[in-house]
Amino acid sequence: MTHSDAASQDELATPAARRMQFIEKYGVFAVVVLMCLILSALEPDIFPTTLNLTNILRQIAMNALLALGLYIVILTAGIDLSVGSIMALATMLLAMADTSGYFPWPVALLVGPLIGIACGMVNGLGLTVLRLPHPFIMTLGTLYTLRGITNLVSAGRPISGISPEVRFLGSGEIPLPFLGEYASVPVSAFVILICYFGVSYFLRKAAIGRHIVAVGGNPQAARVSGINVDRILLIVYSLSGFFAGLAALLMAGRTGAGFPNAGIGAELDAIAAVIIGGASFFGGRGTVLGVFAGVLVMGLLRNGLNLMDVSAFWQQTFIGMIVVGAVYIDVLRRKAGTAR
Amino acid sequence: MAEVSADKTNVSPLLEMRGIMKRFGAITALDHVDLKLYPGEVLGVVGDNGAGKSTLMKVLSGLYTASEGQLVFEGQEITLHSPKDARDVGIEMVYQDLALAGNLPVYENIYLGREPGKTAFGFNFVDQKLSRKMAMEHLNRLHINIKSVDQKVEELSGGQAQAVAIARATAFDARVVIMDEPTAALAIKEVGKVLDLIKRLRDHGTSVILISHRMDDVFFVCDRVMALFHGRNFEEAMIDNTNRNEVIGWIMGTKGHTEALAHDSL
Repeated sequence: MTHSDAASQDELATPAARRMQFIEKYGVFAVVVLMCLILSALEPDIFPTTLNLTNILRQIAMNALLALGLYIVILTAGIDLSVGSIMALATMLLAMADTSGYFPWPVALLVGPLIGIACGMVNGLGLTVLRLPHPFIMTLGTLYTLRGITNLVSAGRPISGISPEVRFLGSGEIPLPFLGEYASVPVSAFVILICYFGVSYFLRKAAIGRHIVAVGGNPQAARVSGINVDRILLIVYSLSGFFAGLAALLMAGRTGAGFPNAGIGAELDAIAAVIIGGASFFGGRGTVLGVFAGVLVMGLLRNGLNLMDVSAFWQQTFIGMIVVGAVYIDVLRRKAGTAR
Repeated sequence: MAEVSADKTNVSPLLEMRGIMKRFGAITALDHVDLKLYPGEVLGVVGDNGAGKSTLMKVLSGLYTASEGQLVFEGQEITLHSPKDARDVGIEMVYQDLALAGNLPVYENIYLGREPGKTAFGFNFVDQKLSRKMAMEHLNRLHINIKSVDQKVEELSGGQAQAVAIARATAFDARVVIMDEPTAALAIKEVGKVLDLIKRLRDHGTSVILISHRMDDVFFVCDRVMALFHGRNFEEAMIDNTNRNEVIGWIMGTKGHTEALAHDSL
C-alpha cells in the first residue's frame, strides 16, 4: 500500500473503524508474536535458538507454497482440493525424469512446476469448459485421479536418487556464520519469500491480479466490465497448480526422493492456513501477509507441541480448534462492523 | 407514432433497434420491437413486469443476442456479442443490482476492466495513482460527492453506490447510457440526486434510456416515453404530449379512456 493510499484511508476512518482495520490486517500477527513469547517462556533453551527457528522455516516451506496457491483460489470464492495430489504426481514425475538419465538437470527442474501448471489447467478447464457446478467437484475428482496416476506411474514405490542440482532449492543452505558456527538459512525460505512478494505485487498491481480480486468480490460485476471471467479462473487454478508443482520441487529436494503417498491431506493444511490467515471463504477478502501468518501459526503450533513432546494427535485437535476460533473471530468482527 | 417522429424530422437517430425478436425456448420475450434513440435525449421505457424492458436492454447492452432484428448505431449496423462489444461502441448499462465489486474501492470499480496503466513483460500493470486522480476528476465533473475514492463500495449508501455505477458507465465518453430502475432501491432523499445526475448526463450530450416504474421519475427527467406490453411496442409519445394517467394505462395495456384507471401511486 502506498503512502498516499494509507493517508487517505486514515482520513475517512473513525477511530473504531481504524482499530477494526488494524485488527483485520495484523490481528493474526499478534497471535504469531504471542505464540513465540509463550514458546520462548516454556522452552527457553530450545525454541528461540537459530537452529530451531530456521528449522521451522524448513518445515513450513511446502505448506507455505500450497497455501499461497490456495489463497489465490479462495480469493475467487473457489477451492482446490487437488494440490496435495498435484504435488505428489509432480514430485514423482520429477524424480523419474531426473533419475532416468535422459534429461539434463535443468529440464528435470522444470518438470515439477510444469506438471503443476498442467494439472491446474485441467482443473480450470473442468470448471469453465465442462461447467461443473462448483470447483469442489472438479478438484475432488482430480484429487483422486492424480493420486491414482501417481501410484500407477510409480507402481506405488518411492523413487530415490535425485541429483544434488535438482535438490538445491529444497535442501540448499546459506550459511550465516555470524549467528553461530553451524547456523544457516534454508534456500527454500528465499523461494517462499520471492513467491510471497511476487504474488502480493501481482495481486495489487497487475490488471489480471485486480481482476482476480474483482471476480472474488462480484463475478457478475467483473463480467459486465468486460473481464473474461473464465480466463481469470483458468489462470487462478493454473497458478494454484504451479505452486503445488513448486512445492513438489522443494519436497523432492528436501527428501531426495519421490514418494507416491506424499502430500496426503496437505490440501487441508493449506486451506486451514489460508483461513487462519483471515481470508474469506466467500472470496474477495484476505492478504498475502495474512496467509503467511496463518502458515506460521500452524508451523509454530506443530513445532512447539513437538518440543514439548505432545502427541501428534493433540496437534490435530488444536489445529481444528484454531480454524474454528479464527473464523469465529471473523464472524464477531463482521457483526461489530455492521453494528457500527 | 407519426407525431413523435414529426418532432425529430431534422435529426437522425443515434441508435435504432429494428424488429428485435428474442425467444427463450418456446417463450417469445420480444416480438418485433422497434426503438429509436435520438442524440441527447432521455427516453423512458415503461411496461409491466415481464413486458420485455429488461430483455430489450440486455440485447442492447450485449448481454443477450437477439434471435432476429437489427441494431443500427450512427447509421451503421452493429452486432454485439458481449458487454465489451457494446462498451466499445459507447453503449453502457447501469444494472439494477449495480454490478459493482463491493470489496474494491470506488476508483477501481469505475475503471474495472479498463484500467489505465502500462504493459511490461506481457502483463498490464495498473497505474493506481493515475486511476485515482482520473476517478476524482470524473466524479467532480458529475458533481458526485464521495468522501474518498479509496472507500470500498460496500461501505457506501445505496445512492452513492448508484452514483459510482453511473460514473463507471460514463467514464469513457459513453454515447448511450442505459439505466435499469436506478431509483428503485434508493432512499427518497437520494432519488433526486440520481435524477439530477441523469439530467446532467443529457446536458453533456449523452443519450439516456431510463427504465422505471416510477411515474415521478419518468415525468421529471424523460423527453419521450415508450411503453412495451407483452413483449411488443405498445405506444410512445413526447413527454409533453401525454400525462401520467395515460402512460399508466399503457403499462396496463389500455389506450384512451384512462381516467378510470388512474392511480398516481403506481
